[in-house]
Amino acid sequence: MNSFKAALALGYALTVSTAFAGELVVNSDQTDPAPKKAMETLIEGFKAAHPDVTVKWNNFDHEGYKSAIRNFLTADAPDVVSWYSGNRMAPFVKAGLFEDVTDLWTENKLDDQLKSAVKSMEIDGKKWGIPYSYYQWGIYYRKDIFAEQGITPPKTWAELIAACEKIKAAGMTPFAIGTKALWPTGGWFDYLDLRVNGYEFHMDLTAGKVPYTDPKVKAVFEKWGELVKPGYFIENHAAIDWQDAIPQFVQGKAPMYLMGNFAVAAMVDGGLKEDQIGFLQFPEITAGIPMAEDAPTESFHIPSGAKNKEDARKFLAYLATPEAQTKMNEVLGQLPVNNQSAKSNDPFLKAGFEMLANAYALAQFYDRDAPAEMAKAGMEGFQQFMVKPDSVDAILARLEKARGRIYK
Amino acid sequence: MSSTVPATSSYWKRNQQRLAPWLFLAPGMIMFSIYVIIPIFESIWISFYDWDGLGPKTWIGVANYVELLDDEAFYTSLKNNILWLVLYLLAVPAGLAVALFLNQTVTGIRLYKSLFFFPFVISQVVVGLIFTWFYAPDFGLLSALIKTVTGESIAILADERYVTLGIIAAGLWPQIAYCMILYLTGLNNINPEQVEAARMDGAKGWSLLWNIVLPQLGPATFIAIVVTVIGALRSFDLVSIMTDGGPYGSSRVLSFYMYEQALSEYGYRMGYGAAIAVVLFMIMMVFITMFIVRMLMQERNA
Repeated sequence: MNSFKAALALGYALTVSTAFAGELVVNSDQTDPAPKKAMETLIEGFKAAHPDVTVKWNNFDHEGYKSAIRNFLTADAPDVVSWYSGNRMAPFVKAGLFEDVTDLWTENKLDDQLKSAVKSMEIDGKKWGIPYSYYQWGIYYRKDIFAEQGITPPKTWAELIAACEKIKAAGMTPFAIGTKALWPTGGWFDYLDLRVNGYEFHMDLTAGKVPYTDPKVKAVFEKWGELVKPGYFIENHAAIDWQDAIPQFVQGKAPMYLMGNFAVAAMVDGGLKEDQIGFLQFPEITAGIPMAEDAPTESFHIPSGAKNKEDARKFLAYLATPEAQTKMNEVLGQLPVNNQSAKSNDPFLKAGFEMLANAYALAQFYDRDAPAEMAKAGMEGFQQFMVKPDSVDAILARLEKARGRIYK
Repeated sequence: MSSTVPATSSYWKRNQQRLAPWLFLAPGMIMFSIYVIIPIFESIWISFYDWDGLGPKTWIGVANYVELLDDEAFYTSLKNNILWLVLYLLAVPAGLAVALFLNQTVTGIRLYKSLFFFPFVISQVVVGLIFTWFYAPDFGLLSALIKTVTGESIAILADERYVTLGIIAAGLWPQIAYCMILYLTGLNNINPEQVEAARMDGAKGWSLLWNIVLPQLGPATFIAIVVTVIGALRSFDLVSIMTDGGPYGSSRVLSFYMYEQALSEYGYRMGYGAAIAVVLFMIMMVFITMFIVRMLMQERNA
């Protein structure tokens, strides 16, 4: 189905494309209602600030975009594209397809305002885009069920295990998850590794500097096993997508869910009231390790083949302003990257903002921190571990082999 | 059109007989070489490179093939491909059985025939989705059935032991219908006199089917096997729709693995993908050669 969509998107890319002078072509993949509206807000705001520029926005299907971008960046580049930061943009930067926008950062003093995303936008000491939004990951739990069972939100691993035991004893499964699309397993690995070994080790691992056969990696899986082996994740998770696991959370069959903040909307749609849902930071495992968090960042970039780079720079400069980011993220229900943006009143965003503001560092998520190929192999291994925890050694040996090949 | 041919061209006049066939063949041959022949050689060529589709190509010789030999995922795919080939061929006898069953004159038989043919008409994507729901844990019909019978719930598409079998079963549904249609047309052409004569000689049931009916269905069987083998080898859509190769890659087949390596979000290893494609091509060549040899022999005998 993906390939079909990709073909569609490619066809689309070939038919739309080229612009006139004074026209700014923006390609992005915001087809879901909220992101689409946020994008419209951004474009309207930009038009108001720069009435002389007309914006032509080509909106792509999310899955198809991932292949389409490779075609239009090389064949007929638009002026601005949406993409992801971290290792996900590395192939385009290395192939010289993205424009260096360090000048925008220095001119507008963005190093200060977009501080939390500096690391993820930097490759070879240069900046390659402007981040505008991110969101927190953490454990969403059923406040009402926790109260019923007399569970206080766990702050340490021991408390989490105790809470799981209690939930299991009450006839529920502690954690909801759907791993068919693989990436939800990445969230678990990220958090366990960040809490067991810390941010630096996690970054070294995703950068390919540490072997997967390292005892420290094994330790992560031992902790994970403490949840997998007693059956603390819902059964048959490999058959379902993350959305399909939401009903279990809503029906109270699985009162905890490690997810990104976007899950709240699905939970509320499923019939939960906001005060039934609580948010808790992933508990501490190794005492004394500073708490780093997962916070995937979304960004816009200028292709090096862009025809209207002048207006593209204006667009990115506007995107970086606190006003633009406030407006956009209000619609998106996410957090603005610019730290001078207005704060949201949404309880989950507030909790997220506080957590991320105090975070030691931010990881981008396993499939953005690690190169795509490694991410695929890794998350497949994580899924296998969650089904067959005893094959951990075989899995790690396989990942190590993949690492040896991918990071040359 | 003849007016466009210059009458004065003596070369054309002299060689008209020889050139005309080539002219008629030219559009087809050009298309065939652009879309089939040249890409085959290009794939083989790319399989010797390390290339992400964007950056520069690096010549690495047979390194992609060496890596394939040591790639667990490749063997999983190969094993699944063989499983597909063997089990998918069940569609041929099953289609024959259905065709024999439907080959009678009862009121409304046309309606039954079209109902049996229905699964072949709907898209493979829809077949995949229907079977995904059919197998779905908790609310799927089949898993509900298994649960009432055995008391245990099995998520077929999440269990590496059953996942490929589950997908093949989904694939068989339309494939049986296809084979059935081929046999139904074949049965129409059976010589009734031969059947009559055989009956007079006392042939009944199995021996009638085996000795009289089946030999006359030879051409239908041949076509059914050819389309089924090809269908099994390019079993991509169902895998992509139903499991995306999962759980942890255990339902991959070669064509899907090739797509994953070369073209999917996590891949873009054109060289490695091309190497897988070449291996798949070799396997297909074995069957294609067999069919061509058989066809040539038949033509010679005829």
